Amino acid sequence: MTLRSSGEALAKSAPGGLDRILDHRVLLSIAVLAVLPWLLPSKALAVNVLIYGVVVMGYNLLFGYTGLLSFGQAAFFGAGAYFTGIAIGRYGVPWLAAVGLAVLLSTCLAAVIGLVSTRTRGIYFSMVTLALAQLVYYVALQAASFTGGENGLRGFTVDRINLLGLQVNFLDPVNKYYVLMVFAALAMWFQSRILNSPFGAVIEAIRENEQRARACGYDVERSKLVVFMLSGAISSLGGCMLALHLSIVPLDILHYQTSGMIVMMVLLGGARSFFGPFVGAASFLILEDVISLWTPHWQIFVGAIFVLFVLFLPKGIWGTLLDALRIGKAQP
Amino acid sequence: MDLSLIVMQLLSGIALGAVLVITALGLTIVFGMLGVVNFAHGALFMIGAYAGLYLASLTGSFWWGLLLAPILIGAFGMLIEFVLIRRLYGRSIDDPLLLTFGLSYILVEGVRIVFGSDGIPFPTPPQLIGVLDLGIGFFPRYRLFVIVLVAVVLLALWLTLEKTRVGLIVRAGARDPTIMQVLGVDIGRVWLAIFGLGVGLAALGGVLAGPMRSVNPEMGSLVLAEAFVVTVIGGLGSIVGAVVAGLMVGISISLVALFAPEMATIVMFALMAVVLLIRPQGLFGVRGRTA
Repeated sequence: MTLRSSGEALAKSAPGGLDRILDHRVLLSIAVLAVLPWLLPSKALAVNVLIYGVVVMGYNLLFGYTGLLSFGQAAFFGAGAYFTGIAIGRYGVPWLAAVGLAVLLSTCLAAVIGLVSTRTRGIYFSMVTLALAQLVYYVALQAASFTGGENGLRGFTVDRINLLGLQVNFLDPVNKYYVLMVFAALAMWFQSRILNSPFGAVIEAIRENEQRARACGYDVERSKLVVFMLSGAISSLGGCMLALHLSIVPLDILHYQTSGMIVMMVLLGGARSFFGPFVGAASFLILEDVISLWTPHWQIFVGAIFVLFVLFLPKGIWGTLLDALRIGKAQP
Repeated sequence: MDLSLIVMQLLSGIALGAVLVITALGLTIVFGMLGVVNFAHGALFMIGAYAGLYLASLTGSFWWGLLLAPILIGAFGMLIEFVLIRRLYGRSIDDPLLLTFGLSYILVEGVRIVFGSDGIPFPTPPQLIGVLDLGIGFFPRYRLFVIVLVAVVLLALWLTLEKTRVGLIVRAGARDPTIMQVLGVDIGRVWLAIFGLGVGLAALGGVLAGPMRSVNPEMGSLVLAEAFVVTVIGGLGSIVGAVVAGLMVGISISLVALFAPEMATIVMFALMAVVLLIRPQGLFGVRGRTA
């Protein structure tokens, strides 16, 4: 058993047909996302899958790959959205610069929260991240002159955007989808680079055995802080996308229920796999859509399905599928 | 600012802290003995409040609600342990946390189906309406009752754990379940009882908080964050820690509310951050326990 025992690490030691395909995970993921609006019943659902997919992917860096079960990812999702909205609406910053600024500021927020929370370990970490994210929620609630308080952030509109000299109608759902998909593609490329780097191997080593990683001479505390910031940065990009998409930011986005939803999505899809977060986001949102058609109490079913996944399918839909395909290949 | 106002606010803080202590105690005992962080603790607190309200209106007396709700919900907690949590012992420490998180969705939505989404007022029992003259000021009778009741429960719990044979088995089981099994103790039954006790304490906290807060399906989510803050400050698994930290948090919320009301909800999180920067394992926590 090597330190890197995830599916992707195994793929490198024994390249099969499936794993050779999975080596091009970024291109494959982009290809799937490119046709997504035509596979799903509505374009709005496809945009949501894209947004939550990016948020959950960023979270997966922390939970799936580093093994840190944070319950505060909503803070960065929300920060990305709020900073984007405030920059555009209050200071008239051009939309693209607003996104860059929002990611930068959210990463700083992740550094502050990470400094406190990565000092703790295990279950403590989950509780502390939840509590600190709730702190962000209450700050946003109290600073109503900036954030709109309970009513959420309003008063910034993104209808026509200037894309390198080209005027794009952002109200058209198809245009919007593909503009946002560029962000998702960039995030995927960035995350794949992190995972393939030596740093990617370090964080997986920390997940498998923290003591051993420390004994090997890695600075575990600093690696955790860095991965916390990277994860926050990617998830905050999802928040920026949400702000551009909705032209409002609801306060609920910062609530711990949102963090919980992110955790649910990653488990539903499959942690530790590259495309799992998108599968998880899609299945959660489709489930919500379908069940809320015939009952307003869809959460009871989502909760029950989640419990069943924890009990019987901890690798999620995508992770289980990949495993099944690999075992299928291994048979002579 | 005059002194009596500050003393009264201090007492209010202790009453608020007392509810926090009871709730956080349930969380911390279950973690200390079973290694399970019960994410549904807030939801069970909320169900406790609803059960207290329902039983009180059914029997016509608050006292029946106060007595029966924790017992009933505690039994429900044992059912949860037996059917769901038990399967996860030996798996990753994250799994029970995730499972109970999913469970909280089911519980909150279940209450919405049965009782609706709107808040329900929880009437203060007639014997405890009004204020009591303490010499330096007037203090609500109900809050005084909460402080006294929590003190009695704490004393009973402490005596059981420290002075009885059951307490001995429980404490030993927390240290080394394998040895206890070798000695012929059915540790599964001990865990069942402990989980029931933890959930019962959450329900008791819910009933006690009822007349002080409005009862609604969302009330558990705030309480969960509060209970987490208290257990993190006190040290996860430490009973003394839960008591000290609960009172600390209650008093700081109450005193800050006097001088800067808008900071009241934020102060406990700041307190937690400061404690963690100085002692990552909490005030009474043991280093390495939470790894």
